[in-house]
Amino acid sequence: MSEDGYSRKKIVLAGNPNVGKSMLFHRLTGVHVTISNYPGTTVGYTLGRLHYPGGSPPGSPCSLAAGETLEVIDAPGVYSLDPTCKAEEVATGIIATAAVLVNVIDATNLERNLDLTLQLLEKNIPMVVALNLWDETAHLGIAIDDRKLESILGVPVVPTAAVTGEGIRTLVSRLASARPAPRPPSSPPERWKEIGRIVAACQVLSPRRHTFLQRLSDASVQPFSGFLLAAFVIGAAFVVIRLIGEGIIARLADPFFESLYAPILYRISSFLEGEGFFHNLLIGKLIGGRIDFRQSLGLLTTAPYIEFAMVLPYVSSFYLVLSFLEDFGYLPRLAILLDNFMHRVGLHGYAIIPNLLGLGCNVPAILATRILESRKERFIAATMISLAVPCAALQAMIFGLVGARGTLYVGAIYLTLFAVWLCCGIVLKSTVQGFEPELLIEIPHYRFPPLGPFLKKVWVRISGFLREAVPIILLGVLVINLVYFSQVFDVLADLTAPVVSGLWGLPRESIVAILLGFLRKDVAVGLLVPLDLSTKQLVVATTVLAMFFPCIATFVVFLKEFGIKDTLKASAIMILATTAVGTLQNLVF
Amino acid sequence: MKHGGCVSLTSLPAGARGKIVDINAGAGLRRRLEAMGLRLGTEVTKICGLPLGGPVVVQARATRIGLGHGMAGKVMVEAIRAQ
Repeated sequence: MSEDGYSRKKIVLAGNPNVGKSMLFHRLTGVHVTISNYPGTTVGYTLGRLHYPGGSPPGSPCSLAAGETLEVIDAPGVYSLDPTCKAEEVATGIIATAAVLVNVIDATNLERNLDLTLQLLEKNIPMVVALNLWDETAHLGIAIDDRKLESILGVPVVPTAAVTGEGIRTLVSRLASARPAPRPPSSPPERWKEIGRIVAACQVLSPRRHTFLQRLSDASVQPFSGFLLAAFVIGAAFVVIRLIGEGIIARLADPFFESLYAPILYRISSFLEGEGFFHNLLIGKLIGGRIDFRQSLGLLTTAPYIEFAMVLPYVSSFYLVLSFLEDFGYLPRLAILLDNFMHRVGLHGYAIIPNLLGLGCNVPAILATRILESRKERFIAATMISLAVPCAALQAMIFGLVGARGTLYVGAIYLTLFAVWLCCGIVLKSTVQGFEPELLIEIPHYRFPPLGPFLKKVWVRISGFLREAVPIILLGVLVINLVYFSQVFDVLADLTAPVVSGLWGLPRESIVAILLGFLRKDVAVGLLVPLDLSTKQLVVATTVLAMFFPCIATFVVFLKEFGIKDTLKASAIMILATTAVGTLQNLVF
Repeated sequence: MKHGGCVSLTSLPAGARGKIVDINAGAGLRRRLEAMGLRLGTEVTKICGLPLGGPVVVQARATRIGLGHGMAGKVMVEAIRAQ
C-alpha cells in the first residue's frame, strides 16, 4: 500500500550495487520520490511513480493498462539473494511484491551481474532486463548481442544508458511484454557454469582504449598518487562548499532578508507597538531600535534567518558536493585509502562515508552506519559522529559567528573536534565488545552523473532536511522565549554555575544556549551572540555546544538504532568528554 | 590441499596475475568473496597494495575490488604469466 492509500502495481528495480540503478530509477519516475525504510529494518529503499503510456499486447502475462500509474521501487543493490545480510533479505521481500521486475545489469560486467539475474529468474516473476551502462561498453571494447541474450534468458532485454537517457523509452514500452522465464533452482557452481556459457555466446571482447577517466581511476588507488589526489579532492571540496555557501548567502539570502522581508517586519513591529509578549515572540527584541536578524530571536526574524540565510545555503552546497563525489564514484576509493588509518580508530575504511555524511547532518549519517557490518563498529561510528562531527547547520553558524572573529579560531574548534574524534575512536576500539570485519568493496568506474537526475537527487536530500529542520527551529525559538519569560532560567543558571562558570569560564547565562543545543545546535549557537563573549569564551562555548549532547533528531535516531542502554552509554560519554574538553580549552587557550 | 608456488594476494607483486586456488577462510567470508566474483579458478590482476598493512586492490574480469589486508592474506593465488 503506498502512502496515499492506493494499491498500485509495483515495478521493482533489482540489481547489483553500482550499476546505475538509481539513475535509471530517477529517469523513470517523476518528482514524487520518497526514501523510506523497510519496516523493522534499517535498510532503505526509494519509491516513486511512473505514468504508464502504452498498453499491454493481448495475452501477455502482466497486464498494464494505458494511463495506469505504477509504483516504482528501487530495491537495495545486492550481489545475490542469499539471505546472508539484511539488504538481501529486504531486497527479496520487495521483489516478492513486484508485478514486473526490472533487472538492471551493468553491461560492462556481464559475468558477475548474470548471477543475480539467474537467481531472479528462478522467482518466476514477469521480468525485463535493462542492460545499463550500454554507452560504456564501446570504449571498453565490449560487444554484447542483446538479441541473443534475450533469446537465451527468455525475457525482454533492453540496452539502456541511464546517463544519456538512451533506451529508457524502449524500456518503458517493453514493460508490458515482461514475462516470467522460470528456471529450476540451481547451486552456485551450476549457475556459474551456465553464466560462462551465456557470456561465451553473447559477448565479444576486444582490446580497451584507455580514456583519461580510466587512467585517473587507476591513479586514485595507487599509494602515492592516491593520497595526493585525495588531499586535492578534499581540499577542493571544502573550497567549493564554502564558495557556493557564501555565494548563496551574499547574493540571494541577505539581500532578500534585508530589502524585501525586513520592511514587512517593521510594519508588524510598529503595529505591535514595539513591545509586549507577542512582539517578543514574533519579532523579538529590537537592538538599538532596529531588527537584528541574528539577535532579535523572534519567530519571524531569527528563526527563518538562521534556517534560510545561514544554514540552508551551506547544507545545499554540502549536499551538492557530496552527491557529486558519490555519483562520480570517488567515495569507495577514499574508503580504500583511509582503511588503514580508520582501523586505528576502531573502524574500517567504509566508515568514512557515514562520517562524511555527518558533516551534512548527523541523522542520515547515523542511519548510514548500517552499511557497517558489526554492531561494535556501528556503535563506535555513531558515537563518534554524534560527539565530534559537526553538522552543516552547526558549521554554518561556526563560520558565520566565530569566523567573524578570525579564521584562526574556527581552526581551533575544528582541530579540537578532530582530536576528540580520534581519541574517542581509539578508546572505544579497545573498550567496546565485538569484532571488526574487513573491507570488501567494489570500485566503480568514474562517471559524470547526468545533470537532471543528479539535481533531482540533491533536491530530495535538501527538501528532506528542510522538512525536518523548520518545525524544530520554530519550536526552539518558542522555547527560548518562554524560558526567558519565566523564572526557570535563574534556577537553572544557579544549578549549573559550578561547571559552566567554574570549569568552562563562561557566563552563567550560557546554560540556556547549551541546553537549547538539545533542540537544535544552530539556534543554540545563535543564542551565544547576545551574551557578548570574549573570543576565547566563544571558542569554548561553541566546542561545548557541538559536543555536549546530540540534537533531538540525532538522539531519536540513535535511540532507534541502538536502544536505550547504548544510547545512555553514548550520552554519558558525550557529557563526560565535553566537561573535560571544555575545561581543558579554558585552561590552555 | 597443498599447491606449489602459490602466494597470498598480499604477497603477490603489483601488476602480476594470479589464479585463485584456495581461500583460507570460513563459509561466511567465502560467500562474500564469491558474491563479489572472487571464486576458485578466478584469474585476478593485482593493481596495488597500500602500505603499512593497507588494503589490496585487484581486478577480476571487469570488476575492480578493494580487499582489507587480513582478507587478502587469506586468498591464495598461483602466479600466472601476464598477457
